[in-house]
Amino acid sequence: MQAIIEHPWFLPLTVGIVIIALFPLVAAYIVLAERKLLADFQVRLGPMRVGPHGLLQPIADALKLLLKEDVIPAAADRGLFWFAPVISTWTALTAFALLPFTEQLHVVDVNVGLLVIVAMSAVGVLGIIIGGWAANSHYPLLGALRSSAQLVSYEVALGLALICGVMSAGSLSMVEIVQAQLERRVWLAFDNYGLMFIAFIIFLISAIAETNRLPFDLPEAESELVAGFMTEYSGLRWGLYFLAEYASIIVIGGVGVTLFWGGWLRPFPNVSWLEVPLNVVFPLAFFLLAALISFRLSRRLLRFSRWRALLMAATGAALAGVGLLFLLPVAHPTLSALFWFLFKVGLFIYFVIWIRGTFPRFRYDQLMDIGWKYLVPLAMAAVLANALVGMLRAT
Amino acid sequence: MSQFYTSTDHFVLVPAIMLALFGCAILLFDFFLFPEPRQRKWLLAFLVLGLVFTGVGLWRQHRFLAESGLPQITAFQGTLTVDGFALFFNWVFLAVSLVIGLMSYRYLEIEGEHHGEYYGLILLAQCGMYFLATGTDLITLFIGLELMALCFYIMVGFLRTQKRSNEAAMKYLLLGAFSSGLLVYGFSILYGISGSTKLSEISLAVANRDTWDPLVVLALITTSVGLLFKVSAAPFHMWAPDAYEGAPTTVTAFLASGSKAASFAFLVRMFAGPFESTRAVWEPLLIAVAILTLTIGNLAAITQENVKRLLAYSSISHAGYILLGLIAGNETGLKGVAVYILVYVFMTMGAFVVVTALRRAHLIGENIDDLAGLIHRSPGYAIVMLVCLLSLAGIPPTAGFLGKYYIFLSLVQTGHYLLAVIAVLYVAVAVYYYFRIVRAMFVAEAGPSVALASSFGVRVAAALTATLTLGIGIYPEPFLQLAQLPVMR
Amino acid sequence: MWNALFFYLFALIALGGGVLVITRRNAVHSALWLVVSLLGVAGEFLLLGAEFLFAVQIILYIGGVVLLILFVIMLVNLDQAARMRQFNRQWAIAGLCALVVGAEIAYFVWRGGPQAFQLATPVSAGPGEGNVEQLADVLFSRYLLPFEIASLLLLVAVIGSVVMAKKRS
Repeated sequence: MQAIIEHPWFLPLTVGIVIIALFPLVAAYIVLAERKLLADFQVRLGPMRVGPHGLLQPIADALKLLLKEDVIPAAADRGLFWFAPVISTWTALTAFALLPFTEQLHVVDVNVGLLVIVAMSAVGVLGIIIGGWAANSHYPLLGALRSSAQLVSYEVALGLALICGVMSAGSLSMVEIVQAQLERRVWLAFDNYGLMFIAFIIFLISAIAETNRLPFDLPEAESELVAGFMTEYSGLRWGLYFLAEYASIIVIGGVGVTLFWGGWLRPFPNVSWLEVPLNVVFPLAFFLLAALISFRLSRRLLRFSRWRALLMAATGAALAGVGLLFLLPVAHPTLSALFWFLFKVGLFIYFVIWIRGTFPRFRYDQLMDIGWKYLVPLAMAAVLANALVGMLRAT
Repeated sequence: MSQFYTSTDHFVLVPAIMLALFGCAILLFDFFLFPEPRQRKWLLAFLVLGLVFTGVGLWRQHRFLAESGLPQITAFQGTLTVDGFALFFNWVFLAVSLVIGLMSYRYLEIEGEHHGEYYGLILLAQCGMYFLATGTDLITLFIGLELMALCFYIMVGFLRTQKRSNEAAMKYLLLGAFSSGLLVYGFSILYGISGSTKLSEISLAVANRDTWDPLVVLALITTSVGLLFKVSAAPFHMWAPDAYEGAPTTVTAFLASGSKAASFAFLVRMFAGPFESTRAVWEPLLIAVAILTLTIGNLAAITQENVKRLLAYSSISHAGYILLGLIAGNETGLKGVAVYILVYVFMTMGAFVVVTALRRAHLIGENIDDLAGLIHRSPGYAIVMLVCLLSLAGIPPTAGFLGKYYIFLSLVQTGHYLLAVIAVLYVAVAVYYYFRIVRAMFVAEAGPSVALASSFGVRVAAALTATLTLGIGIYPEPFLQLAQLPVMR
Repeated sequence: MWNALFFYLFALIALGGGVLVITRRNAVHSALWLVVSLLGVAGEFLLLGAEFLFAVQIILYIGGVVLLILFVIMLVNLDQAARMRQFNRQWAIAGLCALVVGAEIAYFVWRGGPQAFQLATPVSAGPGEGNVEQLADVLFSRYLLPFEIASLLLLVAVIGSVVMAKKRS
């Protein structure tokens, strides 16, 4: 047993398997969160029927997707039509392998990690274009064309913003980037007298565009293009695209968190008296509060249905249990690091959903204008300014 | 200044910096400072100003070499070398850019194309040429070549609305890319042989090997094919007539003068440098190429009706003559190459100035018929054309004779009698087709009298080229001294 | 052993992809096989320990170049072009040329023997220094000049595309 645990492949394999196994579920629940949040922004309730407060909705959706007929249009390029979603999913999951959840908890740390993630997102675009083309239909083709133009355009600004971060961190390895932030005593988003914040904003905007989210969701603009490049897809293949989309949101969130928000580090990582409040009390309070809300909901549900109340109570208990884990000193360093990483990624996802609920979609030419005429020059200026300031500070 | 950018490096780089700086500045001025059509002449003024600054940088290098008595200045760890060879070619490029800039203004007005990008590209192309003449490192040479070539691809296709121009740009781009590929392939083998990209070290490595070492031969063949493509020597000349005909006439002039001179600088650098020790291998090869080039260039020119096409074939045949100088390879031969390039550049540009002036809003004016009766319509341009054509044919007392004289002399000196005879024979053929144009200008009935598209710039360009073409022939001393520069080692 | 195995595997991918690029009738399929071929090359970079080139190869060539190729293919109606008679009916000549050149190179390399190439000695990385740092050091010191000229070259390329695409004023 000891030999197995200490084998160099043990941790990577475990983490990899856990990611692959859990990810579909996580993605499904992110969708639930998104629907609930959007409903809240629009003063609605959102999914309420399946499970208490729609808690089982994702599972029902997944079942539906799995059982649906996989329709392939007669005029489609069959091979490519089959293969395209695979590219998207594969690249998104490969990028996961490079995210450093904590200092130890990651599949692999390579010295060009950030570049590999960018490379994977670049290859992932192929999945969208090929999918759109292979369907041999108008809407998908238009969606695919838009997406390729959009992704290539915003990749430039994204890359420049990443360069700012890499210059400050002095490494392309994801783990070393976080360690550099510990050494510099500051999250990179606030480095260089606030100049890095420009880079961070640019990153945020182009990250939203890279993941095809509103207000940059032109590749699948529902009102104009039906569903964009996915129009002809159904069933499991559609599900794969769906997974890839959410995976890329999490990956890009993870990249942003790693590069600009200190990765697994808690806020103020160098202030030692904050250790206990931030690493123990805060997670505990966070989970206990969630548990408390669940229990209250459960009590209210008791009036309608017994098993719904029970399920809600069980959820609350699980949340409380997770919170109590933070009191165990053994699991502590890794657990709190993981908590902070996921918490920050969660914030990013919340932000993305919030944007979706707030802004209208851009027109296509506006999108290109923003990308090339504003973001790219601004990003170049940010690179120059950060390079100069960083150099002056170093000497 | 760090150890990787010393003051010597800066001193050597100044002309290139000036060219790049003014090239970019013109692009920006076009957009921000002088957007109005009537302000365009300022862009031309900035081109001239940029060339003046470049000239100052070159002049300082020239003075430094002359006063210190050093054979060369090396910079960037041997990547760039300013020696007589580099200086000579850079002076030639400077003159070429100036003339091209002057003759282009009116032409662009007539074609209704952008000025800013055009002048910017001239300077940037010259920047590439600077690295071609100065570079002594394969990477720098290659990137310089591509910089120049890319500018030319764009300029050849500059008349976007004309199919002819698009087609020419496409052909030039495809064949240019292909030849670059061959060239790089040869370079990779040279790097494999020597483990270095510096020409000096490659020369040593090649000299240490057997003359017929298979890898050296392979590198030689691929590199020389790539280079011969660039100088449009037969059988790699196919792109030249189409590109020359379709390109805007001023660009054709630039292509025939600047691009060709720069490519020859590169070719001579390679053959007189790393490949010098394998002369036994490449001499027969180049002799065959030179004879073929002379044959195809001269014979195909006979039937051409389009002046630009005719001049394209004539420029192919001139490449053959320049190669002959390289084949002779003694001091007279290399000096002959220098003199020939110097002379060729001016006479060919002079001819193109007149063709450019023939283009008017409703008249393409490129056929030999369009020149009919030019002596009655505008005697000045007819005289310029006459001088340039006489020079192209190599008739004394024009400069063309001087160039051919040195080439033939070197051939005789090194015992290539047969080659000399063939070359002289082809002069006779050349006289025939050049005189077709002369006859059209002087003898043929004048067509409808349309004024030529003349302007101050065009007149200056015409006067400059004609004076130099005639002047070098009549009073060659200072120019021979200039051409002595590359030979001094 | 593993290195050799992977080398041949990637070489096979690169070459096989390349052959399929020129033999497919469908332009989109050709472009996709180009992706495969480029991935093979990227794999070779990885084997050589050039991680940076590996990543950049994928980002630039697949994420940039092939993507734009696909973009153009989809914008231009190639179906018609594919149905028309093709000009490139020179398989025999092309094959012969390739064979002659290949044989020539093989002969020269064989005659040259294993000591034909003077291999540059690889520079070992300093402590805590990766491929990226080494490359950056060399690029901004010894190869500073070519690097800067290359940036000028790219600038010209940008100007060119803008000139070609600009509206007539």
